[in-house]
Amino acid sequence: MSILRKTLTTVALATGLIATGAHAEPMRIALVVKALGIGFFEAANKGAEEAAKELGDVEIIYTGPTDTTAEGQIEVINALIAQKVDAIAVSANDADALVPALKKAMDRGITVISWDSGVAPEGRQMHLNPSSSALIGNTIVKLAADHLPDGGDVAILSATTTSTNQNVWIEEAKKVLPNYPGINLVGVVYGDDLADKSYRETQGLLQTYPNLKAIIAPTSVGIVAAAQAVTDAGKIGQVNVTGLGLPSEMAGHVKSGASKSFAIWNPIDLGYSATMIAYHLAKGDAKAEPGAEIPMGRMGNVKLDDKNEGAMADPFTYDASNIDQFSSIF
Amino acid sequence: MRGILKSREAILALAILVLLALVAMRFPAFILPGNLVNVLTDTSPLIILALGQMVVILTKCIDLSIAANLALCGMVAGLLNMAGVPIVVILLAVIVLGALLGAFNGLLVWKLGIPSIVVTLGTMTIYRGIIFVLTAGKWINAHQMSPEFKDFPRAILLGLPVMTWIMIAIVLVFTVLIYRTPLGRAFFAVGGNPHAAVYTGISVGRTQFAAFVIAGTLAGLTGYLWVARYAVAYVDIAGGFELDVVAACVIGGVAIAGGAGSVAGAVMGALFLGIVKNALPVVGISPFAQMAISGIAILVAIAFNARSSRPKGRIILKQAEHRVVEGSA
Repeated sequence: MSILRKTLTTVALATGLIATGAHAEPMRIALVVKALGIGFFEAANKGAEEAAKELGDVEIIYTGPTDTTAEGQIEVINALIAQKVDAIAVSANDADALVPALKKAMDRGITVISWDSGVAPEGRQMHLNPSSSALIGNTIVKLAADHLPDGGDVAILSATTTSTNQNVWIEEAKKVLPNYPGINLVGVVYGDDLADKSYRETQGLLQTYPNLKAIIAPTSVGIVAAAQAVTDAGKIGQVNVTGLGLPSEMAGHVKSGASKSFAIWNPIDLGYSATMIAYHLAKGDAKAEPGAEIPMGRMGNVKLDDKNEGAMADPFTYDASNIDQFSSIF
Repeated sequence: MRGILKSREAILALAILVLLALVAMRFPAFILPGNLVNVLTDTSPLIILALGQMVVILTKCIDLSIAANLALCGMVAGLLNMAGVPIVVILLAVIVLGALLGAFNGLLVWKLGIPSIVVTLGTMTIYRGIIFVLTAGKWINAHQMSPEFKDFPRAILLGLPVMTWIMIAIVLVFTVLIYRTPLGRAFFAVGGNPHAAVYTGISVGRTQFAAFVIAGTLAGLTGYLWVARYAVAYVDIAGGFELDVVAACVIGGVAIAGGAGSVAGAVMGALFLGIVKNALPVVGISPFAQMAISGIAILVAIAFNARSSRPKGRIILKQAEHRVVEGSA
């Protein structure tokens, strides 16, 4: 019985292999996400499919665990190794836990890159950051400056005093301030990523600086609270709230005019770029090494630093013209 | 007894005036009537919850789940609103749900005799966890809420927002409840001396249960007000707010060991904290120092109150003894 089954399985497998071998084999790129069912990653998949269509001979396998655990991703990766995919592009739930599984994949000749949320350097060939701190710092100032042709006072509403991300972005923003003449940064306040404290801090800003023209909140809790506080103070049109936020959370405030525009990395572009990079690396026409430039189709090239990391682009800007299109996505 | 009570509240009122004067020196616009109304409105949730927490603390318990209860009821309010349920029904629903969540705490304390700090630490996590289950961690955002839902607490009635009027109504109801009803006296008796309370025919457990239901009801109502005011609902709203509420009670002279406190004290304690929170952003103090400063303000206020809290417990005891004698006569 067991011999029969083995034979049958072998035959079936062999047929399968021959069958796939007979076609001009499409390259199979697996997009492994933190968890299925998250709008941000569904959008990234759209970008990956777009890249696949553009490249022609690529098949995207969109997969991931059902909850955001490293264990779940390891299982998924092991299954992909068994399927002998050509490339794995992963947004990791844990930087270190995935390394052994991904090393195994690389040993079998599979191209491995990480994107969005990175893997430790020994577990991947390169990592694609959505953006760089410098680009983000510049973008948040530009967002405010774009709507202030005559300049004016702006203030920053951050998360906590110890948030690493926000502090780095604010540092970078301060560095580029001289490039925006007339834009006068009057203060940085901290809403601790609490809706009520952010709201109160915004009220404080409005009182302290009657000439305030814009509030930059590089945090998704803060930007929503600030927009609400500006709305309640009846200062829509006088004070523009901008920064980093998610379209689904900001849609109402963009429509009301409290926020003219804001930015965040575009998950569609991110999925597109990750797929492009994985394709070129797997095909062998680009190499992941410090200083290398890897093409990403319509997104231009990514330049790798000495840790084999690269930044995709400026954060994508959302305003009244495109908010509806994206607010249903993420 | 009246004299001590009055003088203690007087000290707190004085402290609030001094605080306002200090703030006004750095930022005069803070004490404009319009801004003071804003501060009062902003502090309304804290005042409402502090009153709820006060009755719980009076009975020698503590409710740490009060902010989680608020967050859960607020999220349910948001979800009901998305389903198109009218405001009146939503208000009723959050009040009932809040009361049920409070009753759950109360039952565990009453029937199983588990210390309230343990019970409410547990339910705090459970209630927040339920929000996760309901929403899978998703937010409800401003544009998903109907305009009526957001406008109700903001609507201006005789110069004050509805939210502030609700707070004032609750303060009035509480004044009657605490000082003019048997239940109000039972809260003091149970906290002041549980054994004596039993001898006077008061059930300690039932009184504690009632206190938790009251606190839960207020938290449920505040949940809707909170979500409508900030126009956003997610798992972490009002995170850590339970400690602000306890702090407001303690500043207001509510003895953490139970049996002593007053409505006026709790309201002023909350106001004191609310003024500190609203003033810090405008007085130009480094954000890095703000946390320490609000901590010091709380400690100073408590230090004032700690001195007078001890004799008060004895006085209440005497009164309770008095009542026993009267009852048996």
